Amino acid sequence: MRPIRIWPVLARVAAVAFVLALAPGARAQSAEWSAVLAKARDQTVNWNAWAGDEKTNAFIAWTGAEVERRYGVKVNHVKLKDTSEAVTRVVAEKAAGRDTGGSVDLVWINGPNFLALSEQRLLFGPFAAKLPNYRFVDTEHIRSNVVDFTVPVEGMESPWRRAQIVLVYDAQRVPSPPRSMVALAQWAARHPGRTTHPSVRNFLGATFLKQALHELASDPAALQRPATDASFAAVAGPLWSWYDALRPSLWRRGAQFPENGPAQRQLLNDGEIDLMISFNPAEAAVAQLSGQLPQSARTVVFDGGTIGNTSFVAIPYNAANKEGAMVVADFLLEPATQARAQDVREMGNFTVLDLAKLAPAERRRFDELPRPPGLPTNAELGTSLLEPHPSWMTRIAAEWERRYTK
Amino acid sequence: MTSPRALRAVPVVTVALFLVPVVAGLAGTLLPAFGWLPAIGGRALSLAPWRRLVDYPGFGTALATTLGTGIVATVVSVMLAFGFCAVAYGTPLARRVGAWVSPVLATPHAALALGVAFLIAPSGWIARLMSPWLTGWLLPPDIATVGDPTGWPLVVCLVLKEVPYLVLMIAGALHQVPAAAHVAVARSMGYGRVEAWLKVVLPQVYPQVRLPVYAVLAFSLSVVDVALIVGPGNPPTLAVLAVRWFADADIAFYFPAAAAATLCLAVVAGAIAAWRAVEWIAAAPGVRWLERGKRAGGASAVARVCHAVTLAALGACALAQAGMLLWSIAAQWRFPAALPDAWTLATWTRHAASIAGPLAMTLTIGALATLFAVALASGCLENESRRQSRAGARSLWLLYVPLLVPQVAFLFGAQVLLVRIGGDGTLAAVLWSHLVFVLPYVFLSLADPWRALDPRYARTAASLGASPWRVFVRVKLPLLAAPLSIAAAVGFAVSVGQYLPTLFAGNGRVSTLTTDAVTLAAGADRRVIGVYAVLQALLPCIAFAAAAALPRRR
Repeated sequence: MRPIRIWPVLARVAAVAFVLALAPGARAQSAEWSAVLAKARDQTVNWNAWAGDEKTNAFIAWTGAEVERRYGVKVNHVKLKDTSEAVTRVVAEKAAGRDTGGSVDLVWINGPNFLALSEQRLLFGPFAAKLPNYRFVDTEHIRSNVVDFTVPVEGMESPWRRAQIVLVYDAQRVPSPPRSMVALAQWAARHPGRTTHPSVRNFLGATFLKQALHELASDPAALQRPATDASFAAVAGPLWSWYDALRPSLWRRGAQFPENGPAQRQLLNDGEIDLMISFNPAEAAVAQLSGQLPQSARTVVFDGGTIGNTSFVAIPYNAANKEGAMVVADFLLEPATQARAQDVREMGNFTVLDLAKLAPAERRRFDELPRPPGLPTNAELGTSLLEPHPSWMTRIAAEWERRYTK
Repeated sequence: MTSPRALRAVPVVTVALFLVPVVAGLAGTLLPAFGWLPAIGGRALSLAPWRRLVDYPGFGTALATTLGTGIVATVVSVMLAFGFCAVAYGTPLARRVGAWVSPVLATPHAALALGVAFLIAPSGWIARLMSPWLTGWLLPPDIATVGDPTGWPLVVCLVLKEVPYLVLMIAGALHQVPAAAHVAVARSMGYGRVEAWLKVVLPQVYPQVRLPVYAVLAFSLSVVDVALIVGPGNPPTLAVLAVRWFADADIAFYFPAAAAATLCLAVVAGAIAAWRAVEWIAAAPGVRWLERGKRAGGASAVARVCHAVTLAALGACALAQAGMLLWSIAAQWRFPAALPDAWTLATWTRHAASIAGPLAMTLTIGALATLFAVALASGCLENESRRQSRAGARSLWLLYVPLLVPQVAFLFGAQVLLVRIGGDGTLAAVLWSHLVFVLPYVFLSLADPWRALDPRYARTAASLGASPWRVFVRVKLPLLAAPLSIAAAVGFAVSVGQYLPTLFAGNGRVSTLTTDAVTLAAGADRRVIGVYAVLQALLPCIAFAAAAALPRRR
């Protein structure tokens, strides 16, 4: 007879008991959170968020309507072309001595921008653990929920959605898509001008190179430490020889790049390219539904795994409406909100929650989501690779600009 | 007639309102360009920002593209405008030229650029209309158009937008010279109709439109929104580079950004000086050309080509707008279909809620800026007529300052000041930033009709015992109703089109149709872009139509 492993069972029981005790969250609130809710009422939260994706914009608008209805908190979506604009704004306010009443209340952030703000101590917190719904977050299996580009989050930002690299391709034109960055370069050589990547100034363009770096680096563990001149030269060497070979077979012979992900998707929809990198595993499914990609669009994940990360929301140190911002951050973690976010008919972003921590009724919301053919399964996605330290991205972007901006 | 003190203060207030912030903004940009911005640690004057700018890998290309696109766009625009006017002069087309060009004039730059971008893309409408039956393309060709490193699509967009402006300016200037009589005399001496205009009228008209030409040159060299939509990206033009660095997460980029903005100012100043020098140099050969007295020469042929190209350009503008309209009601429209595969109004209904905010903001700012501008301009002109002193050429230059100084060169400095006094992101700040550009246009379109008003009307009213105020309200305003409403439409159109002022003064928190459209242009669903572009173009057109529909008093 096998020995009964009692601890996991106990842990599960305890977790269920804990969840059951708190599940009707609205009723069993801590006094601290009630105070936050009270202060938040009638606040208008200036949520600074990249606005290049219409589905996300609609989701943010819906979030605003919901939190206003339920908590009396208004959301003003400050539409950004690049998250760094919000960072600049906070830095400029700090420079101008505006330490209270700042104009940015909540910012959609991760990676280098998070590092920039936290290094300069421009963030409010830790606040994430104070959010009632934070207890559902998967802090165990999804490492990127607690380690943002190798930087420990430590409650200074709260997760709201996940991203993982996939390739989206037109199955009518690409019968067998490449399953690694090396294979992608070979495919491009056979099909010149039929794939590209977003501008390296854009995070998705830089991510394309990071994924290749991960594959080509002799020692991927070095990517988890800040890059130095020596480590960068050693590790990135193979990347540039790979890229030099790839670039001439890119769209526009690698002299021009789409500004960002959506611009690249437009190229796939217009038939200008056949294959593209995406940071959202559900992108093909979502875009098909909205008529932004052909019905033949499919998704593939690399054999060696792909980089994944988590998107967070953070609150600047001088935010005028911190309580309202916390209410929005908490609302984003609510199981029903997360299920809606994952629905390909809405936004299609994989959840940051641990479904095992949810009550059955809440879990069912996720089970009942539609699964169109363009959507990969969790098994296909596998466990994502961790993002390198932000310094790698900064260096890659700078070095790329130095090499290829003429 | 004397003017009360309040009225006499209007010109002073007007000048202060838009000149002081411009000058302060320029200082706020110039100082960081030389390393001075204590708030972020720049406490010593240095040339480091300039070294950083020059060390940028694409600096040489960025500078060359900026100069190339700006100068070519201006030269082509001026040629087309004069060629068009020479050929069209005296034809029925010329008499209705305002109606022909105002729709294009009213369309914000960004909206037109969005339409042109779809028109000329390898997978765009022109390619779709000709594929596959003519080109054989089942897939779009891999050729560069939008974003081409040489920047030619930027030149195309600028020319499309600037030619109508210059044509209208020339049409206005023609009233200042005895054009008809001179053409008649020249024709009696055997000159062809077009040749006569080019040799007799053009030399008289050109000095009248010199400032608008310089404004076109300055604008073309420093434009941001159009360059963001269709210009090159790697490297971009100088003005875009400055804006990109201003928005960089790394605050140290403020300094090279300020240097790039300052260089932009220097480029514009240098280009205007060079243009003036070419005017001087060209004067002598120009006179010799006139004296040779050829009755029909190559110039007429060139003018006829310009006329045809201008008409084609107007057609292209219409096509660009139509393309955006089609996208806004398309369900799906895949290459190489000439028309959408299916139609729907869903894009409009789905975005009605999210557009309502920016739309209301656009209308509010546009209406208020226009109201202030018309009030101030009327005040200035009324003061001028009561004191019977005409603002000299020098004050006209003052008026043109905001149109000649690149926006990036003073808006950044102005933003730093606004943040300091806590005024950034307020409606008042955005309103002011719009007024800086709305006021000159309103003043310019109001000045001539106001000054041309027969003073005997006012004198007659005064002799009947009416007070100056009563004369103003009961006599002048009704008589000037048509020019006032047109000036208001012009002002509103200018306000709707503002991108950079809204972005900087609003500190990103004030969204209008134009700021949202430029943000979306970076890659959102083309159907949504279509909705924004159509609305952007529609608002000023409604304003112009309303102005034109007002009953005219003769």
